[in-house]
Amino acid sequence: MKAKIHITLKSGVLDPQGKAIEGALIGLGFEGTSDVRQGKVIELEIAESDEAAARAKVEEMCKKLLANPVMENYTIELAS
Amino acid sequence: MKSSVIVFPASNCDRDAAVALKQSTGKAPSMVWHGDATLPETDLILLPGGFSYGDYLRSGAMAARSPVMRDVIEKAKAGTPVIGICNGFQILCEAGLLPGALMRNAALNFVCRSVSLQVGNSQSIFTSLFEKDQTVEFPVAHHDGNYEADEATLDQLEQSDRIAFRYVDNPNGSARDIAGILGENGKILGMMPHPERAISPLLGGVDGVTFFKGIIEAVG
Repeated sequence: MKAKIHITLKSGVLDPQGKAIEGALIGLGFEGTSDVRQGKVIELEIAESDEAAARAKVEEMCKKLLANPVMENYTIELAS
Repeated sequence: MKSSVIVFPASNCDRDAAVALKQSTGKAPSMVWHGDATLPETDLILLPGGFSYGDYLRSGAMAARSPVMRDVIEKAKAGTPVIGICNGFQILCEAGLLPGALMRNAALNFVCRSVSLQVGNSQSIFTSLFEKDQTVEFPVAHHDGNYEADEATLDQLEQSDRIAFRYVDNPNGSARDIAGILGENGKILGMMPHPERAISPLLGGVDGVTFFKGIIEAVG
């Protein structure tokens, strides 16, 4: 089963990179752009055919390594 | 006194730390590779600066899960003093030994210069030779030194006197000007500035000599 994990900064956490990207977009003429936030996507293959079991395993991966709960949120997408 | 410096792939202040420890203890520290399962008998553990694992995923994230860290965490919880400097501070936060996280500097720039710090707590084993509110000077060199934690955690750090050092002129956007914090038991210190780079007039300062001397005296 394939898993795609989206990791984003929690709202309220300062994202200086998002701010810099926003400034560059506005500089390119994309006026009206706001609230740019940068995150990351991690894709992985997991040897698990049961969706609930796969989700539980990926949740554990997120908690133990992939995301830092102090500053990040994550969502998990599964596809067989 | 026996000390240990943990060496991760892409640590780059491990030798500076070893020189500082040898100068203050008279004995070279054990250099412990990140892949080792256990540390030798040790009275002090130092996690050095650098860019362990190329800062992949998040600064300090991979190093915090490397094999040797299990023993470091166990010893830290049992009361062995641990210092994390720069990348070492990031690793201690990622390992859950200290609260909060070190984020990208607010102005996005890599900051590399000497900074003034105010001593926030002079009672700890790491700061006993300093006076409270005294100003000391250590160099900083980091891209991810912006200390962040939720308001409740920051309040708790202040109320329990666990802010060891504060920036006089905040170089990275850290919450409440925090440059270094203590663990709950007072025996873990994480700090972004580099005392091991301030141990000789030739290096531009000697406040690091006092820093290490104080620790050696307190730890014995």
